[in-house]
Amino acid sequence: MARYVVNRLAQAIMLLVIVSGIGFSILHLAPGGPLSQFAASAQMTQEDLDRVTKQLGLDRPLPIQYLDWFGRMVRGDWGRSYRDGEAVLSVISSHLGATLELMATATIIAVLLGCWIGVLGALRRYSLFDTLATVGAMIALSIPTFWFGLVTIYVFSVKLGWLPAGNRETVGDGSFLDLVHHLIAPAMVLALVETAMWGRFMRSSMLEVIDQDYIRTARAKGMPEWRILTVHALRNALLPMITVAGLQFPTLLGGALVAETVFTWPGMGRLFLDSIGYRDYPVVMGILMFSATMVLIGSLLADIFYAVVDPRIRVG
Amino acid sequence: MADGTGKFGVGAVHLGIPNRRQFFQLGAGAAAGWTLAGNAFAQVERPTNPPDKPRGQVIAALSQEPTVFHPLMPGIEVDQGVWWQVFSLLWFIDPAGNFVPDLAREVPTIENGGLSADGLTWKIKLRSDVKWHDGTPFTADDVKFSLELINNPDFRARSRVGHSLVKDIKVVAPDEIHWRMEAPYSPYMSILGSLTFIVPKHILEKVSDPNASPFHNAPVGTGPFRWGERVPGDHILLNAHTGYHGKGPYVERVVFKYIPDLTVLYTQFRTGQVDYTGLQGILPNFVQEAKTLKGRKIVVSSTSSVEHIAPNLEFGPFADRAVREALYLAINKQAIIDALNYGLPKQTESFVPQQAWSFQQGLPQHKYDPAKANALLDAAGWVRGSGGIREKGGVKLEFANSTTSGNAVREQTQQLLIQDWRAIGAAMRVNNMPAAVIWGDFWQQSKFNSVIVGVNFMLGSDPDVTPRFGSGSIPAKGGRGYNTYQYQSAEADRLLAEGAKQFDLSQRKATYGELQKLIRNDLAILPLFQGFIAEGVKEGLQGFRPNINTSINCWNIREWYWA
Repeated sequence: MARYVVNRLAQAIMLLVIVSGIGFSILHLAPGGPLSQFAASAQMTQEDLDRVTKQLGLDRPLPIQYLDWFGRMVRGDWGRSYRDGEAVLSVISSHLGATLELMATATIIAVLLGCWIGVLGALRRYSLFDTLATVGAMIALSIPTFWFGLVTIYVFSVKLGWLPAGNRETVGDGSFLDLVHHLIAPAMVLALVETAMWGRFMRSSMLEVIDQDYIRTARAKGMPEWRILTVHALRNALLPMITVAGLQFPTLLGGALVAETVFTWPGMGRLFLDSIGYRDYPVVMGILMFSATMVLIGSLLADIFYAVVDPRIRVG
Repeated sequence: MADGTGKFGVGAVHLGIPNRRQFFQLGAGAAAGWTLAGNAFAQVERPTNPPDKPRGQVIAALSQEPTVFHPLMPGIEVDQGVWWQVFSLLWFIDPAGNFVPDLAREVPTIENGGLSADGLTWKIKLRSDVKWHDGTPFTADDVKFSLELINNPDFRARSRVGHSLVKDIKVVAPDEIHWRMEAPYSPYMSILGSLTFIVPKHILEKVSDPNASPFHNAPVGTGPFRWGERVPGDHILLNAHTGYHGKGPYVERVVFKYIPDLTVLYTQFRTGQVDYTGLQGILPNFVQEAKTLKGRKIVVSSTSSVEHIAPNLEFGPFADRAVREALYLAINKQAIIDALNYGLPKQTESFVPQQAWSFQQGLPQHKYDPAKANALLDAAGWVRGSGGIREKGGVKLEFANSTTSGNAVREQTQQLLIQDWRAIGAAMRVNNMPAAVIWGDFWQQSKFNSVIVGVNFMLGSDPDVTPRFGSGSIPAKGGRGYNTYQYQSAEADRLLAEGAKQFDLSQRKATYGELQKLIRNDLAILPLFQGFIAEGVKEGLQGFRPNINTSINCWNIREWYWA
């Protein structure tokens, strides 16, 4: 098991190095730069721009810039944001809480609701509920998050006035209830696609399990249906979901990016978008490395956990 | 002119050009400012009955996030919204174009002895009752430090235009400072009065790296509001500085709320979550609806930005003036204004805003005349070839037009232009790019054929456009400036050099008037309209005064209060 973990860790580190190289190159080779936004300023001249470019070290050859950045990064210095001069790790951590809050809430909603819909759909295959769940999931997967977010705001904020039209809190309030009030709409929007995905995966997984011989055997032995479902079927059906959970991070992050923009949620997704637009290289690279690490950790944990519950994986 | 009805009325303004005496009474710096007697902005919402002490808070929504809080470093317009609240200038330019003393006791003029007759010696008298937010007294040393910091080679200063001419700074007394200019440069009055905020010596002289220090994220100034907190990606909170040396502030807190999507921003204004929509304001397509909202007031005002088509004058067909004129004649400007911009902006023919003292009246007015355009091209030898596209000497009249991708109105403008120009045998294709790309080397190094862009040509409120139209300002030719059009004219260079050393308003007006005629005649740019902004203010919030001399209309939150 230890060897398996070490192997997977080594692979993960190699992947991170590759991601950093590709990410850095793409970002820096893309046209434009952090100073292009000042082009319309009547005060800054080309000479000023050239001077600032040199002061930021952006006039050096790309490989030198990369090696410099990489060397500092492995020593724990992820650089400073070009925008506000803050340390990159500090910038990321200041946005991380909001995103985790949103993602965790959406995930809890999606897992509970999705699993329930999936299990029920599998047990009542081709029933009205199953058909509705299937159609609903297709619709949910087809609806653009941005559009759904705007509709949610229009209905629940503009028309009904039940929920705030955005933001994480009311400035000056910040009570628990206020936070929850603000969290409902974005979490609901972000959870929509996730719920549909969990529901579909759970339905397939459950269908596969309840057709197995051991379920039939359990039924033949007269075991109560609820026990068959919870102890035998559900437990085994949840096994493949470990992988799904491990790989959901990038999808969630992508969804969060949109939801955060629509609901003015001060999280990582929006920070990433802003930083790309500004060509804030240190922050973009920081988020890229952070996200890649999170995805790899998620995948690694899923693999390890799977290996723990299913020893055949380790052998294979 | 702007008012709550959304009408500009800029054509009805009266240019209150003072005589020489009046000019110097206003301050010699008025040579670089507006003197617009008929500017209705000055009369809009002037505080009449503010509370005795700060009360309530204002949530100002911005579509970009302020991130640069050191006011002398490179920042964008939205950052200025914070600078105006936290810091002070020696003097500022009010909506009517007057220089108003702030940290200075009076604006230096030749008459009051603040300026020498040759414009080389500046003597500034300062207020002695000003304190920094941490209680330290403000002195002339702070002014000296600020000017020297800008010229410090290790400091990432935003711009050294004008400042680099300042020599021999002497602190004569805690409340008086003198310096010498290497050469007379009249726009410096406007540069000092627009974005040269004074920073604290007692804090910044101690930092090891002038480009990074705790001050950069918790600035200390002498402005009407003290730094409160910043939640990155969300908001910035400023608290009233009760020891402020000027009028106000009348609200306890200002919250700058960052809402990147303009539709969402408008929705939050509509639902009452924000009190004011700033910077990009309300999208034109929402303006009519916004005016019907109860408890909301919409103010449409002009900006200094001039929306125009920027031709690269070194690119094939554009080098021919006849082509530029024909293209200009073939643009249905009014359709662009009415159909795409909801009739909100006004046509213009100049790079100078129509409210400025330096605006030249009587420039040739654009007329949509495709027949004349066709005749002009025929006469110039541009004959229609295959597919109806004209050509001359092997050069086809076809070109690309670029703008920021995602800017819906400009992208629609391009569609109208394609149709307009096809009618006269010119083929335009679209080549749009993201902002970070187009305004980089592509724009700066004149790699474009033509671009649709809005540019504020003014230096503060000064019409000195040397960086934009001077022959030595072409970056693609190693010049210092932003003459990406690659415009070269010996006459323009002469006028620019003359205007920058004149301190007499009437002389300057004549000089820059000639320059506007020249640029219009040469069609160095094809102007579409003067920029505009529609901003929403919650009813009951008093004191909002659009100021065309600043890049952001929330410049004076110190005067805002709840009725």
